[in-house]
Amino acid sequence: MAENAEIMEALRDHLAQKLKELDGVIGLRRAVEGTAPYLFRPGDDLSQLALEPRYPLGPIVSLLQRRYPQAHFGVVARGCDLRALAEMAKRNQVDPQRLYVFGVACTAEEAEECHCADPFPRLEKWPQGKTFGQPAPAGSPHPLLAEYPKIPLEERRAFWQKQFAKCIKCYGCRNICPECFCESCALEDPLWVEPGVLAPPFPSFHLIRAMHMATRCVLCRQCELTCPAHIPLTVLYELIRQDVKEMLGYEPGADLEAAPPLPLTLADAVIRE
Amino acid sequence: MEYKNVLTVCPYCGAGCGLYIQVLDGEIVGVLPAKEHPVSRGKLCIKGWNATAFVNHPDRLKKPLIREGGSFREASWDEALSLIAEKLLQIRDTYGPQAIGFFSSAKCTNEENYLLQKLARSFFKTNNVDHCARL
Repeated sequence: MAENAEIMEALRDHLAQKLKELDGVIGLRRAVEGTAPYLFRPGDDLSQLALEPRYPLGPIVSLLQRRYPQAHFGVVARGCDLRALAEMAKRNQVDPQRLYVFGVACTAEEAEECHCADPFPRLEKWPQGKTFGQPAPAGSPHPLLAEYPKIPLEERRAFWQKQFAKCIKCYGCRNICPECFCESCALEDPLWVEPGVLAPPFPSFHLIRAMHMATRCVLCRQCELTCPAHIPLTVLYELIRQDVKEMLGYEPGADLEAAPPLPLTLADAVIRE
Repeated sequence: MEYKNVLTVCPYCGAGCGLYIQVLDGEIVGVLPAKEHPVSRGKLCIKGWNATAFVNHPDRLKKPLIREGGSFREASWDEALSLIAEKLLQIRDTYGPQAIGFFSSAKCTNEENYLLQKLARSFFKTNNVDHCARL
């Protein structure tokens, strides 16, 4: 376990203190059977608080804030969690005013493992919170990103065709994604995706998702981690992210107050109220 | 106010993927893959992701049904099991052990499957034992 003992101690102390005023804190709990997201409540054993394996916590914040519209929760957030929460907040999925952020810096090893460009929660514009640990250097980019531009244009189609053909349509990439919260999903619409057929239609299945991720994907890499077929999804989303940054000057998750350049909803993709 | 994740094994096939059932105030609200699970390591197929869909489904059978005159009626477990025992013995005595087959399930534990084949082989004296994947 790469958890820094000093950071964990400071985090637990602060969490114990804040639990006196908050309704609960969403984090990871390491129990005998394994580690999973949990709502820590006053009196809970904080020695069970853990920082890995990473799970997307934004959707759980959203769930709890909806169920308890008056409650004030806390969340233990890494850089990627906070970026995800920022994009969720812009689309009315979470309320930053009712959220206390326990920001945790990732270690250099973790940043490297995730190929993370910004392994630190930037809390400046968040109403309430405190960070633990110092920013580590960015991890090196995904090796495929350097290789990709060297692939001739005519071979890129074949490259993705081979990757997407591995898909078993588990919908795990969509299910685990903190930025996927449409009321109905285009990937379940028989117009676009014929039910019961493998592999999914090329290239529409994966490109529909990729386009819907433009201006939303914060590169938390949860999709890639949960993909049973090992499809390099974040390479695809990173390429789109680079285009969005270059053409529209927008970096999803970087700034809580920056408005996304694309419409927040699509005619056929209504996000939940 | 309680949110927790309950570890379980996917009920669908025999692979035995680990998954968490998300529970909010006693109600199932979703599924998460178990990232530390030695079998599935944080990955699930579409069945695992939807493993809880049947739990509160209106079509779910909650009591045994006995078919009488072409339609089903609800029965108690005692009545249903007695009827099954009676009919199985009747078939065995009339047509012999080869007339009976037992189908077990990947949804059961090893121990439950062991018990079923034990019943088939030792008591009914038949090797007609198979499982749900071939149904």
